Amino acid sequence: MEARFRILLLTGLVALGGCAGLRGDETPMEDGETVAAAGDDSVITPEVERREVRPPKIDTENWEVGAYAGSLSVEDFEVNIVYGARLAYHISEDFFAEALYGTADAGISSYERLSGSAPLLTDSERKFKYWSVGFGWNVLPGEVFLGGTRAYNSAVYLTAGAGSTTFAGDDRFTVTLGAGARVLIKDWLAAHLDVRDHILEVDVVGTNKQTHNFEATVSLTGFF
Amino acid sequence: MRQALLALLLAVAPLGPVAADDSPVTVTVADPFIELHTGPGRGYPVTHVVPRGQQVRVLKRRTDWFKVRDERDREGWVHISQMTATLTPAGVALPIDDPSREQFGEHRRELGVLGGDFEGANVIAAYGSYALNPHLAVELRISQVLGSFSDGQLAGIGLAHVVRPDWRIQPLVTIGTGVLRIRPKASLVDTPERTDQTAWVGIGFKAYLSRRFILRGEYDKYVVFTDRDDNEEADEWKLGFGFFF
Repeated sequence: MEARFRILLLTGLVALGGCAGLRGDETPMEDGETVAAAGDDSVITPEVERREVRPPKIDTENWEVGAYAGSLSVEDFEVNIVYGARLAYHISEDFFAEALYGTADAGISSYERLSGSAPLLTDSERKFKYWSVGFGWNVLPGEVFLGGTRAYNSAVYLTAGAGSTTFAGDDRFTVTLGAGARVLIKDWLAAHLDVRDHILEVDVVGTNKQTHNFEATVSLTGFF
Repeated sequence: MRQALLALLLAVAPLGPVAADDSPVTVTVADPFIELHTGPGRGYPVTHVVPRGQQVRVLKRRTDWFKVRDERDREGWVHISQMTATLTPAGVALPIDDPSREQFGEHRRELGVLGGDFEGANVIAAYGSYALNPHLAVELRISQVLGSFSDGQLAGIGLAHVVRPDWRIQPLVTIGTGVLRIRPKASLVDTPERTDQTAWVGIGFKAYLSRRFILRGEYDKYVVFTDRDDNEEADEWKLGFGFFF
């Protein structure tokens, strides 16, 4: 008997709930009506100023641009001064994308020097120009200490990229592998020390030959 | 006296947030505390904590880290996970651009680098894309083709149609046109340099990796409109990485 009563009560409740829901669906009460109805009596309509929420303008500094100089060993063609520019985009604290462009004047090969024959390359062919795009991984982030009071953020990173080298009159597919160290002098200013190997095939002496062209540079970059 | 003070405070209070709307963003800590690291990375030590209720000024952002200055002029880097739990003067959570799986497919800009094979030669390509809507994007591409017998450069503009922007791996169809310059190797005698218009049609995919990274692969069929009797056709496949922002 008691159970039946309980079921009856529950059914009644559900039915009532359903009705309320239905009513809500069929005749939605508009806000204006409520306020108007209530406003006539005693409730004070609050004057709320709606503030538009815009994403705040936070200065993001993920791009890095800079110039470098150093020495480049063009295989068979002496060690030479190299200049270049570097653009990087920091994707996360671990990874960045980078683009490089560098140029150097290759020297005289030992063969040319010893044999005294006609030069293998013209002056314009002796220009060693490369570009490369790739990714870098901040493998060892950390700090460097100068004396007892100064600490600078730093990172040792590895890079891998691919691109093209113009040398001996042709564009050559080039894989560039490197490692570098970055020290942040200021939040926006960094000094780098980089070592890279530009791997490409050169056919100056007739047959294709894989060459490794090592480069060591120092650079100054700014974040923006 | 207390009432007078309160009245004064109430009068002054609205001025605060209005002034704070200008460029230095000031937020209130809503988590029990936020941690200030010495550098923008997870390994840098925490030197200060700022407790709930205090304000910090957001100075700049690098990747997922925010440089802030607290009320006592102490500076440090705070991770994005803690910054999203701070409140702006308007009393809402700080809206931060935080790329994630949800944004993949709705993002506007994309940059990437691909490598692969163009008719037997190595190809390196860079692309930038701007999405007009989730399905359609305008893409610019530049490629360098480096082969044993010739080199080439390609610059083009095209459209990419993403079939299902809501999928983690999005199939796409591309179509476009550009200019292809082919230069035979210097060691080959008497073959002229050619610059021709080209057009391509391709299929590919974009796969979400993590954060803002994308893996992208493409197969394109090029037709090179030469001034000789026959047009040339070339197959190209590429694989590479991109990121969206």
